[in-house]
Amino acid sequence: MELLAALTLGAGYNAALVAVGATLLGIAAGTVGSFLFLRKRALVSDAVAHATLPGVGLAFLAMVALGGDGRSLPGLLAGAGVTAGLGLLAVEWMTRRSRLAEDAAIGAVLSVFFGAGVVLLTVIQSLGAGRPAGLEGFLLGSTAGMLFEDALVIALGGALALAATWALRRPMTLVAFDPDYAAANGYDVRRIDLAMMGLATAVTVVGLKVVGLVLIVALLIIPGVTARFWTERSDRLVAIAGAVGGVSGYLGAALSASAPALPTGPLIVLVAAALFAVSLLFAPARGLAAALIRHRRFQTRVHRRQGLLAVARAEPIHDRFTLRVLGAEGLLRPDGVPTEAGRAQAAKIARDERRWEIARQIHQDAGLTGRYDGLTPIEQVFTPDEITAFDAALGGPRAVEG
Amino acid sequence: MGAEFVQFSLTPLLIGVLAAVACALPGTFLLLRRQALIGDAISHVVLPGIVLAFLVTGSVAAGPMLLGAGAAAVVAVVLIEAIKRLGRIEPGAAMGVTFTAMFAGGVLLLEQSDTSSVHLDVEHALMGSLESMVWFAATGWGSLLDPVALAELPPELTRIAVVVAAVGGLTWLFWRPLKIATFDEGFARTLGLPVGLIGFGLVVTAAVAAVAAFDAVGSIIVIAMFICPPAAARLMTNRLETQMAWSLGFAVLSAVAGFVLAGWGPLWLGGSHAVSAAGMIATVSGAILALACVAGPYRARTTAPLDPGA
Repeated sequence: MELLAALTLGAGYNAALVAVGATLLGIAAGTVGSFLFLRKRALVSDAVAHATLPGVGLAFLAMVALGGDGRSLPGLLAGAGVTAGLGLLAVEWMTRRSRLAEDAAIGAVLSVFFGAGVVLLTVIQSLGAGRPAGLEGFLLGSTAGMLFEDALVIALGGALALAATWALRRPMTLVAFDPDYAAANGYDVRRIDLAMMGLATAVTVVGLKVVGLVLIVALLIIPGVTARFWTERSDRLVAIAGAVGGVSGYLGAALSASAPALPTGPLIVLVAAALFAVSLLFAPARGLAAALIRHRRFQTRVHRRQGLLAVARAEPIHDRFTLRVLGAEGLLRPDGVPTEAGRAQAAKIARDERRWEIARQIHQDAGLTGRYDGLTPIEQVFTPDEITAFDAALGGPRAVEG
Repeated sequence: MGAEFVQFSLTPLLIGVLAAVACALPGTFLLLRRQALIGDAISHVVLPGIVLAFLVTGSVAAGPMLLGAGAAAVVAVVLIEAIKRLGRIEPGAAMGVTFTAMFAGGVLLLEQSDTSSVHLDVEHALMGSLESMVWFAATGWGSLLDPVALAELPPELTRIAVVVAAVGGLTWLFWRPLKIATFDEGFARTLGLPVGLIGFGLVVTAAVAAVAAFDAVGSIIVIAMFICPPAAARLMTNRLETQMAWSLGFAVLSAVAGFVLAGWGPLWLGGSHAVSAAGMIATVSGAILALACVAGPYRARTTAPLDPGA
């Protein structure tokens, strides 16, 4: 019942704030992240996310030096944004200016910026200034003490990122699918890439409070990948990704409010991962189950045909699967003798096989006869007139001895 | 620089250096094979592995922990491959989905279980506690010859030493096949080399190195040492042998300089507390890489940058 209350925003003021904030964050992250995924640069967001840590530390130190207590969320987020942007530029610079590949640049920026951030955190601890407790919360997010202003920051930041994504959706899609064509059309690919990563940076910074810098990457990547299973169109992919992100944020926050010791950030990520797993397994067309069913159907058609050809040639059938397929259709009796229907089907298939032979003699080019794969019915390739012509050359169907 | 150094600084310094070397060895090949981020993925999924091992055995003994971490790394590698192949998803995204989800699972398990009595938390896993690996039994340099004191060496040191020896031995033993399979997979195939097996063996070796180093120094050094020294070395030379030498040199330099700067740097600047050694080692390795990017003799690209979407 706690869960029901949390799902209907009735589990208290803080829980409701967190749920609304997480939903908005999820929508923004899913939308922006799907462009990263389409551009095959999903992991750049990992470098950007880890690069926020030194910014948080520096902003805290700066605010303490200026006489504040160092815990103002907008201040910390601004610092995070600055170093995240620097990290992004460092990845970009390393990939363009040196011979290193992008994955090396990502890993280097991620670990070095994060290491520097850890050093700054220990400096802050040793200074004992302000009230340092809480900065570690940015690692995995901490929603316990979320204020209305914090939710407002998330809502505003998320809405701005969404609006900018909407405005840039066409150039970003174009660059993701064909950067050369985009460049030929006068788009500055590098700046569009930077804008896209800048949006990801904005979402990362906004999400620090709710899911933290280690896990925000998940919220950027998983919705896009999940959406990919459900559609082949990029506009729908972005919309579905936004929905997956929003649902993950909402459900994750509600679940986390339903019982103690359930951290919000990890739960949001796990809900997203569950949605991904379901999509991987059960999505139509691209899902695993669909692929298995397709394969099984194909297998059945091949075995049915080979079995009927064997019946036509009066050869014994030994393969168990073939026997099962033909038996299930009532073409074969349990003792292996073909039924009336089975003999008729076998005759049809054997006749079509001979029709194909004639067709190959008449149509020497492979345009039509190249479509012979043993499974496509000849009626789908040739017109009735042509088939009649083949039959004339063939001399009509023959009965099959059982 | 006498007894106190041996007692408090020698072992952490050695552990740091050995961990850096253990990661830089496979890191060199992973970098050349464009698999640099495997280290990142492995060091994230180690967390659910050790938490599960703790929940199953109820202790923080090293054996089960390392087993759990290794198992988690293998599960992650298999999952990434499965998502890549079965879901037809590009490798980067498949990796991102897998390691973040497993890490989230680890954090959730950790919060759900009562680990307050043992030293097991996320920050420790990320940042390590290199400074705490002290050798209390030592009384001075003479203790290096004293079997009683030697028996009290931190177990992490012994483990990482064994792993460095194993990884180094494997690298030496399989140098030629590794080199050929890395630079020209097609040629390696025509020679009859088991290319797939070599790739998998490399990833497993990297996982072992990552897990052992993680146990001693936390995941942040692991990722930094997998990538920064090999990347910097790549900008210094065009020969694999020389690159490996530079890579190991940079790793050792990062570990030593980072440890010294973390321990004594703040004192020189007038502070009173040391800062995180793991973080400082990563920072120093980044500074070395930045220098190599600016001034390395082979820093320039000879071809146009690869379009990441291509």
